[in-house]
Amino acid sequence: MSLLTPDLGLLFWMLLSFLIVFGALAKFGFPIITGMVDRRRAHIEESLRAADEARARLEGVEEEAQKMLSEATKRSSEILSAAVADSQRIVDSAREKAEADTTARMEAARNQIEIEKQKALGEMRATVAMLSVDIAEKVLRSKIDTEKEGEFIDHLIDEAENS
Amino acid sequence: MKHLRHILLLLAVLLSGVLGGGVCGAEPVEGEIGEAAKEEKLDVVGIIFDHINDSYSWHIATVNGHHIEIPLLCIVRSEEGEWHAFSSAKVAHNHSHKGFYIAPKGEKWEGKLVAMGKDGELYRPLDLSFTKNAAGLFINAFVIIALILGVAGWYRRRKGDIYAVPRGFVGAMEMLIMSVEDDLIKPSVGKDYKRYSPYLLTAFFVIFVNNLMGLLPAFPGGANTTGNIAVTLIMALATMFAVNVFGNKEYWKEILWPDVPIWMKFPIPLMPVIELFGVISKPFALTVRLFANILAGHTVILALTCLVFISVSMGTTMNIVMTIFSVLLTVFMFVLELMVAYIQAYVFTMLSSVFIGLSRKEHHDGKKHNKE
Repeated sequence: MSLLTPDLGLLFWMLLSFLIVFGALAKFGFPIITGMVDRRRAHIEESLRAADEARARLEGVEEEAQKMLSEATKRSSEILSAAVADSQRIVDSAREKAEADTTARMEAARNQIEIEKQKALGEMRATVAMLSVDIAEKVLRSKIDTEKEGEFIDHLIDEAENS
Repeated sequence: MKHLRHILLLLAVLLSGVLGGGVCGAEPVEGEIGEAAKEEKLDVVGIIFDHINDSYSWHIATVNGHHIEIPLLCIVRSEEGEWHAFSSAKVAHNHSHKGFYIAPKGEKWEGKLVAMGKDGELYRPLDLSFTKNAAGLFINAFVIIALILGVAGWYRRRKGDIYAVPRGFVGAMEMLIMSVEDDLIKPSVGKDYKRYSPYLLTAFFVIFVNNLMGLLPAFPGGANTTGNIAVTLIMALATMFAVNVFGNKEYWKEILWPDVPIWMKFPIPLMPVIELFGVISKPFALTVRLFANILAGHTVILALTCLVFISVSMGTTMNIVMTIFSVLLTVFMFVLELMVAYIQAYVFTMLSSVFIGLSRKEHHDGKKHNKE
């Protein structure tokens, strides 16, 4: 049966047409199409990876910003509280100092007054003593020794003062 | 677009049923008007073989006993070594030209060009005629080239613009091409599949387009190209060439000195003979599978169509019933054959890829399970 015996002529024409088709398509057809598709795929893959990377980086940046912000808030509140404490301390210390100053000044004034008083008293006493002595002298000049009587009177005055 | 394609497909199927029936029936009925009285019987086998066999001219239809056919070129070399080229019209209808004539039915070399030798013996000259199948092959080749270069041109016009994504027809072709490359060629061939993918894709599209064109009932389709053993043989030999010429050392070692006990290959080369037989049987299997599938499909469609004309002699009622039955079955067969057209192209490409992949495999220790 001729169905199963290949025809020489047809073998020849098939070979020729197949070679023509193969030559045309292998050179100008399929490599262009598959090459384009492959490049497109590579591009898509690369873009996806880049997008992923960018997203990851963005997430990191956001986190960092958040961290920085919270840190700044913390720091500012710290600074604020420190400042408040500082000012309190300054005020306190100023007050204390002022108080101490006033006390010291008052003390000094008191001391001064005391000293003045003592001095005045001493002077007065001396004057009184002198006067009394003078008087007594004048009184006693007639009667008694000035010096012995003066001492005695001084003693009497001291006693009076102390009592 | 989608609807249009559906409608066209449906029309093609319907028309092919009608035309196939028409062409099929017209010829014998016209030709046998005189003989009808004598024979009363339709030569179904003759009709079928007329359609699936190659011929020197391209018969389109017979209208009122007048044959409409495209004459083709006959190229033969006579016994004396002289080349003759003439139109097939000169040897049609039992005419003879320069001693060459087409052997009539029932004789040796039936339907082929023969000549009478000097010694009075009938001989078959060297015949390189541009027959119906050859013409069909070239028409189909033109279709394939136009198709693929058209698609490639779309990309070429965009000059490497990676943002260009095709739509419509080019998109569909890209999907088809990439599905063959990604799902068939890449996993089967392996690492250096890029080297083989142009050949395998060409084989796929040559077979696919030839299958589809063979299903068209009339010119420019209708030539039973992939149902011809010469055509499938060339395809299979091309695969065999790719397998054996570019096969690596490991592949040849597996054939000539396989990993079997030494007595199986040394005094009598038992395994090498079996392996070498495999080298030959692979292309043989490829040849016969494609050829037989397409041939069977054509034969079944033609036989079902002929039911209409066989049942004429069974009375009008029977004829009507058989006609409905035949048309329905023919439509079904055509749809099936559309599927087969794709499947056979797919199978041929897949087996070629697998054979090439086996000839390129790397040497590794777990070779046993690879071989199984």
